[in-house]
Amino acid sequence: MIANAFAIGRQRRVLPGFGLSLGISLTFVSLILLLPLTSLVGQLSQLSWSQYWFLINDPRLLASYAVTLLGAGVAALFNAAFGLLMAWVLVRYDFPGKRLVDALMDLPFALPTAVAGVTLATLYSNNGWVGRLLEPLGISVAYTWVGIALAMAFTSIPFVVRTVQPVLEDLPAEVDEAAVTLGARDGHAFRRVILPHLWPALVTGTGLAFVRSLGEFGAVIFIAGGKPYETEITSLMIFVKLQEYDYAGASAVASIVLATSLILLLAINLWQGRFIKRLHGGRP
Amino acid sequence: MIRIGDAPAVRRVLIGTALVLTALFLLLPLVAIFAQALMSGLDVYWQNLSDQYTLAAIGLTLLVTLATVPINLVFGVFLAWLVTRFDFPGRRLLQTLIDIPFAVSPVVAGLVYLLLYGRNGWLGGWLDAHDIQIMFAWPGIVLATIFVTCPFVARELIPLMQAQGAREEEAAVTLGASGWTIFRRVTLPKIRHALFYGVILTNARAVGEFGAVSVVAGAIRGETNTLPLQVEQLYQDYNTVGAFTSASLLALLALLALLTLAAKAALEWRAARRENAS
Amino acid sequence: MNWLNTSRSLLAASAIGMTLVLGAVSPAQAQDERELLNSSYDIARELFAAINPKFIDWWQQQHDETVSVKQSHGGSSTQARSIMQGLRADVVTFNQVTDVNVLADAGLVAKDWQQQYPNHASPYYSTTAFLVRKGNPKHIENWDDLARDDVSLVFPNPKTSGNGRYTYLAAWAYADREFDGDKSKIEDYMKTFLGNVEVFDTGGRGATTTFVERGIGDVLITFESEVNNIRNEYGKDDYEVVVPPVSILAEFPVAVVDEYAERNGNEDLAKGYLDYLYTPEAQRLLADFNYRVNDESVAAEFSDRFPKTELLRVEDVFGSWPDAMETHFASGGELDQLQRR
Repeated sequence: MIANAFAIGRQRRVLPGFGLSLGISLTFVSLILLLPLTSLVGQLSQLSWSQYWFLINDPRLLASYAVTLLGAGVAALFNAAFGLLMAWVLVRYDFPGKRLVDALMDLPFALPTAVAGVTLATLYSNNGWVGRLLEPLGISVAYTWVGIALAMAFTSIPFVVRTVQPVLEDLPAEVDEAAVTLGARDGHAFRRVILPHLWPALVTGTGLAFVRSLGEFGAVIFIAGGKPYETEITSLMIFVKLQEYDYAGASAVASIVLATSLILLLAINLWQGRFIKRLHGGRP
Repeated sequence: MIRIGDAPAVRRVLIGTALVLTALFLLLPLVAIFAQALMSGLDVYWQNLSDQYTLAAIGLTLLVTLATVPINLVFGVFLAWLVTRFDFPGRRLLQTLIDIPFAVSPVVAGLVYLLLYGRNGWLGGWLDAHDIQIMFAWPGIVLATIFVTCPFVARELIPLMQAQGAREEEAAVTLGASGWTIFRRVTLPKIRHALFYGVILTNARAVGEFGAVSVVAGAIRGETNTLPLQVEQLYQDYNTVGAFTSASLLALLALLALLTLAAKAALEWRAARRENAS
Repeated sequence: MNWLNTSRSLLAASAIGMTLVLGAVSPAQAQDERELLNSSYDIARELFAAINPKFIDWWQQQHDETVSVKQSHGGSSTQARSIMQGLRADVVTFNQVTDVNVLADAGLVAKDWQQQYPNHASPYYSTTAFLVRKGNPKHIENWDDLARDDVSLVFPNPKTSGNGRYTYLAAWAYADREFDGDKSKIEDYMKTFLGNVEVFDTGGRGATTTFVERGIGDVLITFESEVNNIRNEYGKDDYEVVVPPVSILAEFPVAVVDEYAERNGNEDLAKGYLDYLYTPEAQRLLADFNYRVNDESVAAEFSDRFPKTELLRVEDVFGSWPDAMETHFASGGELDQLQRR
C-alpha cells in the first residue's frame, strides 16, 4: 500500500520543486509549530493518567465544554451562511460602497479581541444601541450563550468569506452559461452547478471558524457573564489555571481543545481529498 | 453573457441582506469604536495619538507585521505548492499540522513559546547564559505572531489550487519551462487573488494579535508594547478614550491595504470615464 | 487589480514603514544612563506616570545622577510569570502578596521580603468597598445587606482576579466574625452572597464596565482606590461609595528582584526607588490617587477622604496567604465547593 503510494507519487512528480518545497515546509513546521508544542507535551508528561482524567473530567469543566461547543457551533453555522452570501455579493455584483464592505470583512482580525468584546457588549447589552431594540422582544444577548455565540461569530467572520471569495472569483464564466442554457432556475442552478465548486472552500472556512471559536477568549469574556455552569467557556478555565501558575493543568485542558480541533481539521482535509478526487476524476 | 443570480430581484434581495448584516455586525462596531475614540473631541484624539508611547507601539506593531508577512507568504506558497501538486505519504497530516495555530488558543500559543525560550525553558537557559533576549523583546513578539498567522496564506491557496488542478503546469513542463517560469507565468496569475487575500488576513491578524503576544512581550512601555497591548493597558487603567483611539488605529491599519486598492480603483474608474467622455 | 503594481506599492509602503519603525524603536536616551524597570499591576499606569518623574528628580538631588524609569503593566500574576521566565525587572510593585511570594519561592526575591520595608513591604494599602447607585436605593450599609434576596452584585471572578479574591475573603472574614466561626452558617452566608452575583468578569475593569455602562447589579464591590478612577471616568454624581464598618486590608506589596537588579547593576537604584515610595512626597501622591497611606502627617491631611473602618489582615483571619489560597481558591477548594451545583 505504502509502496504503491510512493510509486504513484514518483510517477506523478512531473512538476519541479518537490524537494525544495518539502524542505522548506518541513523546516518551518518543525521549528515554528512542532518545537514549541514539545513544551506542551513536556507539561502534560508531568501528569499521571489518573491526574489527567481527574483534571479534564471536572463537572464545571464539562459544563464549559457544552457552552463552548454550542456557541462555536452556532457561530460557525452563522458564518457559513453569512460568509457565502458576502463572498457571492462581493464577487458577483457591483454596488456603491462595495470596496468598503469588502475591506470591513477583515475588521474582526485586526481588532484586539478585548476591543471586539467590549464593543459588542456595548452594542448588544440591554441598554446598548442594538440590545435596547431586542429587549422588548424578550431577547437578551449579553451575558447569555447568545452573547458568547455572537462574539465567537464576530471574531471568525473573515474565515468563510475570504476562503470562498478567491474560488468564486476564479470560477470560469462557462460554468454559469452551461447552467443557464440548460434552463435551470437560479436556486437550482446555484445548488447543482456553483455550490459543488465551492464546497471545499466553504467547508474549510466553516471548520476553521468553528475551531477558532473553540479557542476564543478575549472577545468572549466581556460578553459571557462567567457564571459557573452557565456561561463559563473552556478558554476561561485554561486562563484560571494559568493565573494559578498551574501550567500542567492548563496544558491538560488545552490539550482537549487542541485534540478536538485537530481531529476535526484532519477529517475535513481527508474528506476534501476524496471530494476533489471525485470532482477531477481521480486527479488531486 | 447570462449569469446565475443576475435577475434584478435576486440581486437586490441578496445585496440588501448582505448590506444589512454587514451594517449590523461590522459597520456598527466600527462606528462604536470611533464614537468612543472621538468622545472627547478631535483634540483629545490627536493628543492620544501623538503620545510618545502610542507612537512607539505603532512603530513596533509595524515592525512586527513587516517581519511576519513576508516570511509567512513564502512559507505559505511553498506549502500550498507541495500539498496540491504532489502526492506523498503524510500529505494530509502535514496539511493538518499547519492548522495547529487555529486549534491552539492564543494564550496557550504564547505560553508554549515562553516555556521553550523563557528562562526555565529548554532553550531559555542557554540563551539566558549567553545574554540573548528572545522573550520580552521584539524577536519573541515576531515569533509568536508568525506562529499565530502562519496558516493564512496556505489556507487561502490550498482549496483554490486543489480546485484548479495541475494540468496547466504539467503542460508547461512538457513544453520545457523551468520551475520558476512555471510558477511566475502559469501559477501566479491564477492564484493572485487568493494570495492577496492571504496576505491581507495575515496582515490583519498580525496587527491585531493580543493573546499570544501578551504572554511573550512583557509589556514594557515604549519598548515591547504593541498597539493591542497598549489598548488593553489604557482600557484597564480607565482611559477608555485613549484605548479606543489606539483601537481605531488598528482598524485603519487592517483596512489600509483594501482601502488603498479601493482608492486606486476609484481613480482608474474616474480616468476611464474621462476617457469615455472625451 | 494589477498584481505587480500592488506588490510594488506594498514594497514601497514597507520601506517607508521600516524607516519609521527604526526611528521610533531606537532608544531615545544615551546608553550610559541607568534605566530601572518597574513591573507593576494593570491599573497603576497613571499612578506611576505621576510618581516616576518625581523620583527621577529626587534621585538626581540625592545622588547627582540622571536615571530613567521604564514601566511594565499587566495582570499581576502575568507579570510574575514573565519575571520568572526572564523579564528583567528590577523592582515589582504589585497588588497581590501571593504574586511576590511566587517570585520569592523561585529565588528571585529575598525570602524575607516582607521584612525589608516598613508595613510588610506595603507602602500603601486599600480596602474593599461598595459602589452603589445614587441615593443608595437598596440601603446597602454592611456585608449582611449583600446576602439579601433583593440585592444583586457585581464583582470580578475570585479565580482570575486579585480584586475578586479580596472581596471573597472580606465577606468570609465578616461572616466569620458575625457567626463566631460557625462554619455551616458562614458557608450558608457565602453561598447566598456568591449566588447574588449577576456577572463574573475576569478583572476589576470589566466588572466596573458591567456595573456602570451596562447598568447591571445594585452593588459593585471593588478596591476603594479604584472608586477614584471610576469617578474620573464616569462622573461623580451617579454613584455613592459605602465603606463597610469592617473589611479586609488589601496590601500593595513591593520588592526588589535581587537577581535581576544585581545583573543590571541597579541594586542601589532599585532600593532607592522603593525607599522613595515611603517618603512624604510620594505618600501624598499616593493618597491623591485614593490609596491609604501609613505616613501619619499625610494620612491626617487626607483623613476626610478615607472613612474610618476596621481592617482585618489576611494573615490574622486565614493564617497566611498560602493557607488562604490553598483552602479557598485551589481547584476543589472552598470556593469551588460553594459554587458547586
